[in-house]
Amino acid sequence: MTGTWTLVRHFLRRDRWMLLWWSLGIALLYWSQAVSVEAVYASQAELDRAAALMGSNAAFVAMAGPARALNTVGGQVTWQATAFGAVAIGLMSMFLVVRHTRAEEESGRDELLRASAIGRRATTAATVVVVALANLLVGLLVTLSLVSFPLAVGDSAALGIGLAATGLVFAGTALLAAQLTSGARAAYGLTGVVIGTAYVLRAIGDVGTPVLTWLSPIGWYQGMHAFSGVRWWPLLLLVALAAVAVAAALAVFARRDHGSGVVADRPGPARAGALLGTPLGLAWRLQRGAVWGWAAGLFLTGLSYGSLGTDVGDLLGDSAMSQEMFVPSGMSLVDGFYATAILMLALMSSGFAISSALRPRHDELDGRVEVLLATGLSRTRWLLTQVVLTTLASTAVLLLGGLGLGVGYWLTADDGGAVGRYLLATLPHVAPVLVLAGLTTLAYGVRARWAGLAWLGLVLALVVMLFGTVFRMPEWLQDLSPFHHLALVPAEDFRWAPLLALAAVAVALTAAGIVGFTRRDVEVR
Amino acid sequence: MTNPIEVQGLVKSFGSVRALDGLDLEVSRGEIHGFLGPNGSGKSTTIRVLLGLLRANGGSVRLLGGDPWAQAADLHRRLAYVPGELALWPNLTGGQVIDLLGRLRGGIDERRRADLIDMFELDPSKKGRTYSKGNRQKVALVAALASDVELLLLDEPTTGLDPLMEAVFRRCVDEFRDSGRSVLLSSHILAEVEELCDRVSIIRAGRRVETGSLADLRHLTRTTVRSETVRPPTALTGMAGVHDLAIDGNRAAFEVDTAELDPVLGVLREAGIRTLGATPPTLEELFLRHYGDTLPDRPGAES
Ligand SMILES: Nc1ncnc2c1ncn2[C@@H]1O[C@H](COP(=O)(O)OP(=O)(O)O)[C@@H](O)[C@H]1O
Ligand SMILES: [Mg+2]
Repeated sequence: MTGTWTLVRHFLRRDRWMLLWWSLGIALLYWSQAVSVEAVYASQAELDRAAALMGSNAAFVAMAGPARALNTVGGQVTWQATAFGAVAIGLMSMFLVVRHTRAEEESGRDELLRASAIGRRATTAATVVVVALANLLVGLLVTLSLVSFPLAVGDSAALGIGLAATGLVFAGTALLAAQLTSGARAAYGLTGVVIGTAYVLRAIGDVGTPVLTWLSPIGWYQGMHAFSGVRWWPLLLLVALAAVAVAAALAVFARRDHGSGVVADRPGPARAGALLGTPLGLAWRLQRGAVWGWAAGLFLTGLSYGSLGTDVGDLLGDSAMSQEMFVPSGMSLVDGFYATAILMLALMSSGFAISSALRPRHDELDGRVEVLLATGLSRTRWLLTQVVLTTLASTAVLLLGGLGLGVGYWLTADDGGAVGRYLLATLPHVAPVLVLAGLTTLAYGVRARWAGLAWLGLVLALVVMLFGTVFRMPEWLQDLSPFHHLALVPAEDFRWAPLLALAAVAVALTAAGIVGFTRRDVEVR
Repeated sequence: MTNPIEVQGLVKSFGSVRALDGLDLEVSRGEIHGFLGPNGSGKSTTIRVLLGLLRANGGSVRLLGGDPWAQAADLHRRLAYVPGELALWPNLTGGQVIDLLGRLRGGIDERRRADLIDMFELDPSKKGRTYSKGNRQKVALVAALASDVELLLLDEPTTGLDPLMEAVFRRCVDEFRDSGRSVLLSSHILAEVEELCDRVSIIRAGRRVETGSLADLRHLTRTTVRSETVRPPTALTGMAGVHDLAIDGNRAAFEVDTAELDPVLGVLREAGIRTLGATPPTLEELFLRHYGDTLPDRPGAES
C-alpha cells in the first residue's frame, strides 16, 4: 500500500474545486429548505394547513418521502431535502470513485502510476480514503448548517451523518461497478441504475408498499426519522452495506486483470443501419439518450406541478415573499402560479437546449469532427444538422413538460380542457429556449472553447426570474433575460410581438454562429 | 494534368507560434510521397490545411486541382484521410464508424470492406471505447482504404500497429499506388518512409529542407556498421565516406555515408567478414548532423 498517502494528497488537490462545489451545494440544499419554510409560512396555522395538504398528496410523497412532522421546520427540511440529497451525494460519490478508478484505467494513465513505485492497490485505497473524506465533509457541513439555523443538534446530526453513510453506500456501489464493468461509461451507467432504483423503490414503498422502502438505502436514511423521534439503528444498516460493497469491490479487484472488467462489454452491430448514413441520423443516435432522459424528467416535473391542482393557494401561504416570488403582481393566484411553473419548465428545457447545442463542441475538441468534415460533408450542412436536432428536441422536451403539467392538473382538478390550455401556454416559450441555444451556437461558431460560456445566459435568466422582482433589479438587466419578455399566459393575454422578436433573435444568433463556424479553424484539444 | 497536391509558400500561425513558415510541397500522380519530419515540425498542420480544416495565413494550396478551403466538401469525396489518432464515438462500433465515414464520402466498396476487415483482423462489432490505439487506427485505415478515391492523406498512420499489421498496411498502400493513384504519407520514422515511398520531402520547423527521390537523399544519411573480420580492415582508414572509425584488432565500428556503402562492403569482404551488423540511418541522426537540432520534440509539440 505504499504511495497511498501520496495519491490521496494528489487526488485531493485535483478534486478540491469539485469537492467544494458539491459539498456546498448539498449543504445549501438542506439549509435553504429551512430558510424558505420560515420565509414562506408566516404563521404556524399556515404551515399546518400546507403540511396537511402536502402529506396527503401521493405524488409529493412519492417524490420526497414519508410525510412526518411536516408542520415543523425540521420535518419540512427532512422531507424536502433527504431524497434529493441522497441522490446528489450518490452522484458525487460515483463521479469521484469512477474518475479515479475505471476512467483512469481506461485512459491508460493508471498504468503509468502502477508502473511507478506505487503499490498495486494504492489507487483503489486512495480512492476509498478520498471518497470517505468527501462524504464526511458533506455530512459535517449539513449538520453544522442546520445546527446554526438553529435546529436541534441530535436531529441535525442524524440528517448529516445519515447522509454521509448513504453516500458511502453508493461510493461502495460505484467502486464495485468500476470493477465489474470495463469502461467508465458503463460504470457510471450501472451505478446510476442502482441510485435510480434505490430512489424508485422507496417512492413506491412510501406510497403503499412499505416493504419496498426497506430494500432501499435511501429508505433506510429516511427511516432514521430525523426531527420526528430520531432513531439511530438504520445507520448501522447503511454502514454495514457500505462496508460489504467496498469489501466485495476489493475482492473482485484482487482477482481481475488490469484493464478488464468482469462483465465484458456487449458487442454491437458490425454494420451501420440506414439511420447512421445521414448526418441527422448520426446526431440523433448520439443524443437520443439525453433527449429521452430530459423528456422524461420534464414530463414528471410538469406532472408534479400540475397535480397541485387548484390547491396552490394554500401551499404558497399568505406571506408576501412567496407571493412575490411565485405570482407576479396583479394576477390571480392559480393562473399566476401556473404561468410561473411553465416558465420554470422552460428554464429547465434551456438546460437541455444548451447542453445539446454544446455537443458539436465536445465532438470537435475530442477530435471526432475532423474525420467527419474530411468527407463529403460540408461544415454548414453538419452544423445545420446539429441545430435542427437541438431545435426539434428542445421543443419536444419543453412541450412534454407542458403536457405533463396539463395532465397532472386534469387528473387532480378533473378539468380535461387544461391539457390543451397549458400546452398552448407552453408553446411560445420555445422561442426564449431557442435564443439560449442560438447563443450557444454563436459562441461555438466564434470559438469552440468559448461555447460553454452560454451557460451564463441560463444563469442570468434564472437569477432574473427568481430574484428580479424581489431584489428590484434594474429593468435593463432583467431585459437581458430572453424569458423576461413573453406574456405570462394564462395569467396575462398572449402577445405576438415579443414572440416574433425572440424568434428573430434566435434565428439571427444561430445563423451568425453557423457563418462563424465556416470561417474559423477546426480546433483540437 | 496537374499534380494532386501543389503547395507553395504556405504559412500558418497559431497566435505567436509559426507552425508553417513558407512550406512548399508537390505530390505527383501515381506516387507515394513521404512527408518526413520530427514531432512538431508541422506535418499534421499541413495536412489539416490541405483538408480545409485550417485556414492558411499565406501561400497557395491546390488540392486535386481545387481550393481546399472553398471547395472542401466536393474535393473530399475524391480523397480519404487517416488522422494520427482517430477519436471514436464511445457508443458506436468500429463497423458502424467505417460505414458512416464511407457513406459520407459517397459510398463504400463492400467486397473491399470485408477483405480489409479480414486482413487487418479487426473485430467490427466492438464499441469505440473498448478499442486499443492500434485497433482505432485499423478502423481509420479500413474506412479510408475501402472507399474508391484518388488520393490518400495519411498522418502517421502506423502508430500503434504491430509489425504484422504494418506489413498489411504497406501492401495495401502499394496496391493503391499501383493503380495510378497518389498517397501523401507523413511520418517521423525514416525507415518507414524508405520502405514505402517513391519520393520524400523532409520538413523542419515548418519549412521543407529537402525533397527528392530516396536515391537523391542517400547523400544525407549514414548507416552505422559493426563488423568482425578475419584480418583487421585497415583499408577503411581514410576511405571516402567513412566516419568515426574505431578499429580494435579484427573488430571495427564506424558510420558510413549510405551512398558509399558498396565500396566499404568491398573492403570488408577483402578482410573476410565473420559477423556484420548494420543499423539503418534514423531521422534523428540526420537532423542532428545536418541541422544541429537537438531532438526530440520542440516544447509543446503535438505528435
Ligand atoms: N491548434 C493549435 N494551436 C496552437 N499551436 C498548434 C496547434 N496545432 C499545432 N500547433 C503547433 O504547431 C507546430 C506544428 O505542429 P504539428 O503540425 O502537429 O506537427 P507534427 O504533426 O509534425 O508533429 C507545433 O509546434 C504545435 O505545437
Ligand atoms: Mg502530427
